[in-house]
Amino acid sequence: MKKLTRILALVLSLAMVVVLASCDSLKGTDETTVTTALAGTVPIDKGAIKVGVLHITSIEDTSGYTFAHHSGIMEMKESLGLKDEQVIEKDNVSDTDIPATKAAIQDLINAGCNIIFATSFNYMNTMEEFANNPDYQDIIFSHCSGYKSNNVNFNNYFGRIYEARYLAGIAAGLKAKQLNKPLLGYVAAMDVTMSEVTGGIDAWALGIQSVYPEAKVKVKVTGSWYNPEAEKAAAQALIDAGCVVIGQHCDSDVTQTTAQDNGVFGCGYNSDMTPFAPKGHICAPIWNWGVYYTAAVQAAIDGTWKPVNYYEGMNKGLVDISPINEDVAAPGTKEAVEAAKAKIASGELFVFTGPLYDNTGKLVLAAGEKLTDAQITGGMTYYIKGVDLL
Amino acid sequence: MPEHTITTKNAAREQAVRIVKRKELNTWKAVLLRAAAFVLALAAGGIFILMMGSNPLEAYAIIVKGAFVGSVRNPLSSIQATVIIAVPLLIVSLGLAFAFKMKFWNIGAEGQMIAGAIFASYFALRHSGMPHVLLLLTMFAAGAAGGGLWGLIPALFKVRFGTNETLFTLMLNYIALYFIKYLESGPWQGTKGFASIAQFDLNARLPNIGGVHAGWIVALMLVVLTYLYLNHSKHGYEISVVGESQATARYAGMNVRRIILRTMFISGAVCGIAGMIQVSGIDYTLSMGITGGVGFKGITVAWLAQLNPFVIAGITGIFSILEKGSGVLQSELGINAAMTGVLEGIILFFFLGCEFFIRYSFVFRKRRAKSS
Repeated sequence: MKKLTRILALVLSLAMVVVLASCDSLKGTDETTVTTALAGTVPIDKGAIKVGVLHITSIEDTSGYTFAHHSGIMEMKESLGLKDEQVIEKDNVSDTDIPATKAAIQDLINAGCNIIFATSFNYMNTMEEFANNPDYQDIIFSHCSGYKSNNVNFNNYFGRIYEARYLAGIAAGLKAKQLNKPLLGYVAAMDVTMSEVTGGIDAWALGIQSVYPEAKVKVKVTGSWYNPEAEKAAAQALIDAGCVVIGQHCDSDVTQTTAQDNGVFGCGYNSDMTPFAPKGHICAPIWNWGVYYTAAVQAAIDGTWKPVNYYEGMNKGLVDISPINEDVAAPGTKEAVEAAKAKIASGELFVFTGPLYDNTGKLVLAAGEKLTDAQITGGMTYYIKGVDLL
Repeated sequence: MPEHTITTKNAAREQAVRIVKRKELNTWKAVLLRAAAFVLALAAGGIFILMMGSNPLEAYAIIVKGAFVGSVRNPLSSIQATVIIAVPLLIVSLGLAFAFKMKFWNIGAEGQMIAGAIFASYFALRHSGMPHVLLLLTMFAAGAAGGGLWGLIPALFKVRFGTNETLFTLMLNYIALYFIKYLESGPWQGTKGFASIAQFDLNARLPNIGGVHAGWIVALMLVVLTYLYLNHSKHGYEISVVGESQATARYAGMNVRRIILRTMFISGAVCGIAGMIQVSGIDYTLSMGITGGVGFKGITVAWLAQLNPFVIAGITGIFSILEKGSGVLQSELGINAAMTGVLEGIILFFFLGCEFFIRYSFVFRKRRAKSS
């Protein structure tokens, strides 16, 4: 048996060698001209631009995080008139599987991409490593939702989604008020220590409290950006606890369909989820990533790309809320939301303005003061008053 | 007449087909059967690729090319990536071979790998000031100890209380996994406000040898060591005897409990080494995705190779080429990367089918007068 298995190993490896040898295209990938100038400093012919993208879930998704990013990439491709082969999207790349992330980025580089977007938080360190590699100084690396950049060819992009969350909070608060039930729920991907998620919950709660001060928000954490089963279980637990409007920070629309199935209501995230829960979904904070992708790729073509972090909001149209679902929303929602939106646009309203208390009653922001961008992106590790874990 | 006959129906007589255990099959016939299975698997995979609207030959060429050939700028990048995929899978499969040889169903390689990674990460994060070589050796020892201890727990319960090791090892995976979750938003959180563990200091990272972290050398050494241990040592012999029959082992005066505990410690320790290599060689941090699923995939590899370390290396190579290459399929042909899983499934299916034909044969009822 031993002998046999060794022979088998030999045969298999021989087979691989034969397959390898018979492969006529082993000469190395045909590539566009290799530019050696620093990323973003010289114009690139539009026909020579190649955009690479890393997605955490499938580009076939019909709603949610990856759907929003993929839609943005498609919008960019169309508005700049790029050909199909000029955009390479790699999807289902787990952002905690670092070897997989490395392999995917390397594939994009090998395919000749000159600008690469990575859309999920944990791609950050791997991206940084590639960006700092002396061999790849001519490639633009752009990472979403993290905090690193390198002043040469690596930047970070994200947006003031809290503005949209606040508006969705107004809609959610009015609905709960209409039902006369001051209890709302929130399905959170990550726990309180993750600022991106916690800041979103706080903004939503502030929106709610602006129209329904006695309302409380209960949070249930799934521990994963995308886990439809856990999201469903969390939503159900919140509903069973009596929550009547369910918000979410997770990548699928299951929270909203679960709310609808239970006869309660909700606010989605990332993309409009009304089509999937027409009797439950009120409105969702959404991303229009096309705004950034178009600007970034255009800058790469023009040779004007800068390694500065991008952090915009409703002013640029990067974030917004989806159209209010009038069949579900409480009367007067649209007007209230529009009014707040105008105030945010004019600068009259800044979501995180003191006094702010955390849920232990401690003052975290003095009256009249405003949180800085750095505090919002990295420092919101507390639930505000009225927000608690379920 | 063969001694072992599996009947397809309850009635022992007059079946149209009987499945009969073969005597030892001619070596070359067996090899031929396996080679045929491989070719058939590629053919079946080809039909699947064809159904997805691509040319199978082109797709296979791209897979192989994608696994070996890099770009003009970095010609070695692809083969390096393939090796990087292969290293943890190879080590874990070897680790599992120890337990499986003893017929101890260790489904807990994921957890043992994670435990090793956690132990090693402790030194990388908290004692990164040690001299480089000493630090790496400490991390290596810690990784082996962590994995070994994690493997020892189910073995202890098995010999003490006769618990089911399949379930026990499986459940321990989740405990280990979610302990990382606790660490990343708790005591080991790297940057406030972001749920992830800090990156390792340069001092705690494995050096590159030939463009790939030194783990590949450890892996190759482990292939030889595993082979020697399992086939040419007293311990290895004891493992085989315990695996075949614990009663026989006891009659022969072997300390079965000790053998089980020792072997599970080794099995877990080898998996723990894979964890250490992964965190310090490629991830440079500890994250939930550390194993990449190799703890489960390794089970397939170990059994496909019939626990022979050299064949394990070969099968790992094939799986790694498939995985790396099909990532490129997506960028070149637009075929979904999930293809790999399907192809692997098809290959597995044909190989398992072929094992059946190697061990059993069909005996058809001879034609007779009508007898119904």
